[in-house]
Amino acid sequence: MMDLFPLFSAATTGGTAGAGLDYWIVAFSAITVIVTIWMGFRSAKTSKTAGDFFVAGRSVSVGWNASAISGEYLSAASFMGIAGMVMSSGYDALWYPVCYACGYLFLLLFIAGPLRRFGAYTIPDFAEGRFDSPLFRKIAVCFVLFIGFFYTMPQMKGAGTTLAYIFPGLPYWAGVVVVGAVITVNVALGGMKGITLVQAFQYWAKMFAISVPIFVLMAFYGHYGKQLSLNATAPQAAVQTIEGRKPLPEKAPNDATWISPFGRLTTKAAAAAGLSPEEQKPYSLLYTYSLIVAIVCGTAGLPHILVRFYTNPDGVAAKKTTMWVMILIGVFYVFPPVFGALGRNLLPELYLAAGAKGTDKVVLELPRLLNERVPGLGSILSGVTCAGAFAAFMSTFSGLLVSMTGALAHDVYGRMLRPKSTAEQRMRAFKVAAVVIGAVAIVLGTRVEQFEINFMVGQAFAIAAASYFPLLFMSAWWRGMTMKGAATGMLTGGLLALLGISLTSFSDMKWIDLAEFWKANPLLRILCEQPAIWTVPLAITLMIVVSKLTRKEIPADIRMKMLVLHAPEQLGLKQEYIQEHQHGH
Amino acid sequence: MRSSPTSEPDALHSEAFLHRLMARQLKLSISCAATFLVALLALPLVNYFFPEVMAKRLFGFTLTWLVLGVLFFPYVWVISWIFIKRSMALESEEVASIRGKQQ
Repeated sequence: MMDLFPLFSAATTGGTAGAGLDYWIVAFSAITVIVTIWMGFRSAKTSKTAGDFFVAGRSVSVGWNASAISGEYLSAASFMGIAGMVMSSGYDALWYPVCYACGYLFLLLFIAGPLRRFGAYTIPDFAEGRFDSPLFRKIAVCFVLFIGFFYTMPQMKGAGTTLAYIFPGLPYWAGVVVVGAVITVNVALGGMKGITLVQAFQYWAKMFAISVPIFVLMAFYGHYGKQLSLNATAPQAAVQTIEGRKPLPEKAPNDATWISPFGRLTTKAAAAAGLSPEEQKPYSLLYTYSLIVAIVCGTAGLPHILVRFYTNPDGVAAKKTTMWVMILIGVFYVFPPVFGALGRNLLPELYLAAGAKGTDKVVLELPRLLNERVPGLGSILSGVTCAGAFAAFMSTFSGLLVSMTGALAHDVYGRMLRPKSTAEQRMRAFKVAAVVIGAVAIVLGTRVEQFEINFMVGQAFAIAAASYFPLLFMSAWWRGMTMKGAATGMLTGGLLALLGISLTSFSDMKWIDLAEFWKANPLLRILCEQPAIWTVPLAITLMIVVSKLTRKEIPADIRMKMLVLHAPEQLGLKQEYIQEHQHGH
Repeated sequence: MRSSPTSEPDALHSEAFLHRLMARQLKLSISCAATFLVALLALPLVNYFFPEVMAKRLFGFTLTWLVLGVLFFPYVWVISWIFIKRSMALESEEVASIRGKQQ
């Protein structure tokens, strides 16, 4: 092959994995980081009031907002994690991208319009307004932080993995600290108005970064279908030598379990219990359903995504935005599994490594193989995917940080601690809160190297599914809800999900020893690891039962509240509601 | 243009209006959700009971991989597009009916 880039070939012909510093990759990543920070600082100058910081002055158009929501939503899990998990677990991992995208349908059908019409900055605002209860706000705020921290951990793993790939030899934790610190400063200075622009730009950066390298790779190594066709569905030995791919190491799942449903991911607990493959299947089905419930319902309960709906001018715009988000992210989600399928055939050595060196980095490393065919090209495309990864974890981490910081500054400080604080004091509180939360997220991030990025995000969704989703869904559509009912359901469902997930994570981290218990009780292991299938119905049931018991406490102006949630804006009910409310207090 | 808060009882604030508004919107949402859920929840069952059929190859993909990894996305777009269109039509009908009664 012709050497396209002779200047850089010296640095890039050193082979694929384990080579030294690659300047193309460093350059692309540095540009992404600098542009992101520059945009944040530039827009910091134009956002002055506290309202600007929280919801961007509510003046964002459908196109911008849809790109921004997609940009924020496509996290390290989508960009790196799905590909890594498809490579490590095969078919079962496909449920993640599909449900990540389809969860938006639930958001669109049941929540986006009413939530925007009600008009509030955050979910705790909604919780308080819907039930006229400042106490409920305090309860609701907790989950912004619970879900947020669970969601930031995988972003931090993405950061650590990417930096360890770009700078071979750099320890995982150092990457986490550097990226975490940079974003924290950026958020503390820029606020959300900056983030809207940055997020929208980053969606398109990620889309470019995931699609272009995969098309080039497919042009050289064969298309998606061909890559899958190399994996036989008939059971056979683990080590295979097939033309068009490298031999699989012992540790890799064999073809049949990889390409067929009910593979490694969903049968893990039952396999550990020593059940036969036939006996494992029902457990596997249960795991699959629980995963589906967690992600579809969880999407509709993510605090950092929901806060964006308030930046739409009205309920119709909120619905239109949601539809565009589904299209933007749906197109994106076709690509990461292709990386997983190609990675299995071309980069099987990743199966041998763990943590930051494992399959989670397939998106970063795979394009580099092209250096064998066209020296230089592989490095450039690997630089592109690294830039995309930066865009992914930076944008999601910023979004989470804004909403967690908003919860602390706006809810805890502005409403609970110092209700009479001035706008200036609140701005300062916002900055302090950003630094505190950023620091906690960094510390947590350094602890989770062993977990798959995508798996951790799935856990955050499961907590959202059992807490915010029932709250939002039931509050928007059932007027019989009382504050006590909502709080009981949300707390019980959410905390049980949190407990189950923490138990399995802590035992996997060897902080507590439950391995024998899980072996004896594979069913309990699945119900703890993927709790949505029982926590979501439990939360909704509790909401109904407790609300019926406390029916006297239904807010007096419930009809008006429901009208505000559901009637089109043209009827002017919102202004009326605000006036009445001001008289009432 | 909009109703005056003092004129009670009017069509806008009536129980009948709220009930119809919510019932029609909820019905639309539920029927769209059902269309989606039937396909989503049926796929694991089909995989479970008909593994050979779902393992058939199409352009190199297994049938189930093609459905889940590619075809599901456009399916959901169609549902959401239909929902948006109907939901907007429904809303403008409600606005028109209220304004009609006020004149």
